[in-house]
Amino acid sequence: MKLRKVTAASAVVLALAVSVTACGGDKKDDASGGKKIKIGIKFDQPGLGLKQPDGSFSGFDVDVATYVAKKLGYQPKQIEWVETKSADRENALQRGDVKFIAATYSITDERKQKVDFAGPYLLAHQDLLVKKGSDITKGTDLNSKKLCSVTGSTSAQNVQKTIAPKANLRPLSGYSECVAGLQSGAVDALTTDDSILAGFAAQDKYKGQFQLTGLKLSNENYGIGVKKGDSATVDKINKALEQMVADKSWDKAVEKNFGPAQYKNEPAPKIGDIVK
Amino acid sequence: MFDFLEGYDVLGAFWTTVQLTVFSGVGSLVWGILLAGMRVSPVPLMRGFGTAYVNIVRNIPLTIIILFTSLGLADIFGVTMGAEDFKIQGFRLAVLGLIAYTAAFVCEAIRSGINTVPLGQAEAARAIGLSFSQTLRLIVLPQALRSVIGPLANVLIALTKNTTVAAAIGVAEAATLMKTMIENEAQTVAIGAVFALGFVVLTLPTGLLLGWLGKRLAVKR
Amino acid sequence: MSSVLYDTPGPRARTRNVVLSVVFFVLLGLVLWWAAMKLDDKGQWAWALWKPFTTSEAWTTYLLPGLGNTLKAAALSMVIALPLGAIFGIARMSDHRWVRIPAGVVVEFFRAIPVLLLMLFAGEFYVRSTDIPSDSRPLYAVITGLVLYNASVLAEVVRAGILSLPKGQTEAAYAIGLRKGQTMAGILLPQAVTAMLPAIVSQLVVIVKDTALGGVMLQFTDLLNARSTLAANYANVIQSFAVVAVLYIVLNFLLTSFASWLEGRLRRSTRGTGAVLGAGTVEDLNAGEVGGSAPAGKTG
Repeated sequence: MKLRKVTAASAVVLALAVSVTACGGDKKDDASGGKKIKIGIKFDQPGLGLKQPDGSFSGFDVDVATYVAKKLGYQPKQIEWVETKSADRENALQRGDVKFIAATYSITDERKQKVDFAGPYLLAHQDLLVKKGSDITKGTDLNSKKLCSVTGSTSAQNVQKTIAPKANLRPLSGYSECVAGLQSGAVDALTTDDSILAGFAAQDKYKGQFQLTGLKLSNENYGIGVKKGDSATVDKINKALEQMVADKSWDKAVEKNFGPAQYKNEPAPKIGDIVK
Repeated sequence: MFDFLEGYDVLGAFWTTVQLTVFSGVGSLVWGILLAGMRVSPVPLMRGFGTAYVNIVRNIPLTIIILFTSLGLADIFGVTMGAEDFKIQGFRLAVLGLIAYTAAFVCEAIRSGINTVPLGQAEAARAIGLSFSQTLRLIVLPQALRSVIGPLANVLIALTKNTTVAAAIGVAEAATLMKTMIENEAQTVAIGAVFALGFVVLTLPTGLLLGWLGKRLAVKR
Repeated sequence: MSSVLYDTPGPRARTRNVVLSVVFFVLLGLVLWWAAMKLDDKGQWAWALWKPFTTSEAWTTYLLPGLGNTLKAAALSMVIALPLGAIFGIARMSDHRWVRIPAGVVVEFFRAIPVLLLMLFAGEFYVRSTDIPSDSRPLYAVITGLVLYNASVLAEVVRAGILSLPKGQTEAAYAIGLRKGQTMAGILLPQAVTAMLPAIVSQLVVIVKDTALGGVMLQFTDLLNARSTLAANYANVIQSFAVVAVLYIVLNFLLTSFASWLEGRLRRSTRGTGAVLGAGTVEDLNAGEVGGSAPAGKTG
């Protein structure tokens, strides 16, 4: 008796679960009409890669990726955006989950052993975001100041090792949390790539509250990650990037995404020219 | 093969994990016992508070609780735990969050332990004129605690692994170092395996030791 | 049970209880008031920060898909982990050493590793040895990690439940000629599951919450992961955490309510069977023990 009831209950749950997955499956089938390209981006970084309330995507990485995809023969409609978190970027490429990744992906020697890079398409620098009128103007000012960054990020490590070892570093799980802390005065500065900082500073909610210090604490060459050995795609993407710079779409994208933050971007980098 | 370990203080990170576990373990045991006491107490409002606390805290993911200690308690309510240095503050806040969370589970384990104490024990205690707190402290809890060492061992093992969530507010424990290493070395699985091994080394002996202790101390009935 | 711990309050005790209650209530009220003031100081009550949750986009774009994924992963993990846990729990008590020892090793091993890492390894395993499409791979990895860990914990819960049953149950089953398998499936397991239901339910709650680990390193858009995208858009970190926390509480409250309803039904049916057997007194004694003595294996 009892057993039968337990079985019945689990059968109900199973049926529910199956129907839930079935629903998920249907949706996917509808979407996949014609050939698709999967591109890895960030979903939670304003100005670079952000999933907006209406479900569309915005940001510089998104614009660059859209342009590149077009040159590879894919219309914006055929793009399927995939979230690639920092820890999963190399794996996503190795596994072939995505065709390429444009997700604040700095070209480094360690990563080059695992994946190939096209570009760079943007030269960013580690910088500080502070409140308007803050007295922090150089890296050493950070000593004894409260500084926020993301756990494990290269920027956090840079601060600890070289820039200001005595800074009171607060690692948090995401940039949004850091920006909130900066706004409430819980931290004095936030450090990461200037492009990411500019994206936050340009958000409507924060417009006019923050400023970038313009320090170039490091060089981050954003590249487009491609599966190791896929040199044909690398070449195509490089060509697309060159065109993007040549026909001024690159400048427009920079202006559109970072403009409101008074972000002094570097000129478009030459392909293969990695600034150490 | 393991050359990626060079230059990282893996042992130091696991030492922080151990410290987090020990401090939170002791704290949550104390707070958990208090909560269990509240849940069986004669004061209705305390009973209500105990029940509400356990049911709310148990149902929230630990990540949210830990982040709340930092973004909420420290930033908004100014509870800095007597430390301006974020390294110390983060550690203390993480311990606080882990205590708040784990105590709910400790409380429930102890409550089920109280249920295993035969009714006659409490009745006899009342018959000789002991008050509620005396009955609980002298008669019921000592027996209840001995019978729930097994479940408490489970809670402790879970706590050891839950300390990894402290990475969310940047406590320099094992999971934080793991994230840093993955960011730098781009070898997710190999690094993950090393840290998994570390946790097996930490939790397996705990489980075996407490399991043995539980058997030895069990109240024979 | 709680009433056994203290005498029925007399007039003095009642007054004391009322005074204690009032003091407690006032203290709690003061803390809450102070918290509300502090939140106000920092401008956290600003309508602009809460308003997004009244728009349909916030729900349809971020929260509901996230909630859907959380539910999907949790439901599937439960459905797989429960029977698997029962099997491993029983296997650990097998008379055959070649069954008992491997089962024990598996259970202890998977209990010892953080779920997050189990998910990571499962994801990698699916990449190397299967051709599951990349869209659904995170879901598979999350479910695998949750199943491996929670089945191990549930195995221990089931084992503790079976061990807590009176020996007489097994002896009686053998006496009426049931075989080992029949005794386990027909006599011991149903009683053990009923006895351990509270512990099992709290493990199911753990499953729901642990789906949140899928978003940490894998690309699994669960509720908590969807929150970070939401907060990046609306710049409302604290508020989004509050809303998501409430969603989790409601979800788990529904789960536990359903479980206690189920528990009530199962308990009633226990008594019913006892009456049919015509062993009322014995059954009552056992029922008390079954309901009370089971040590609960709760984990976070």
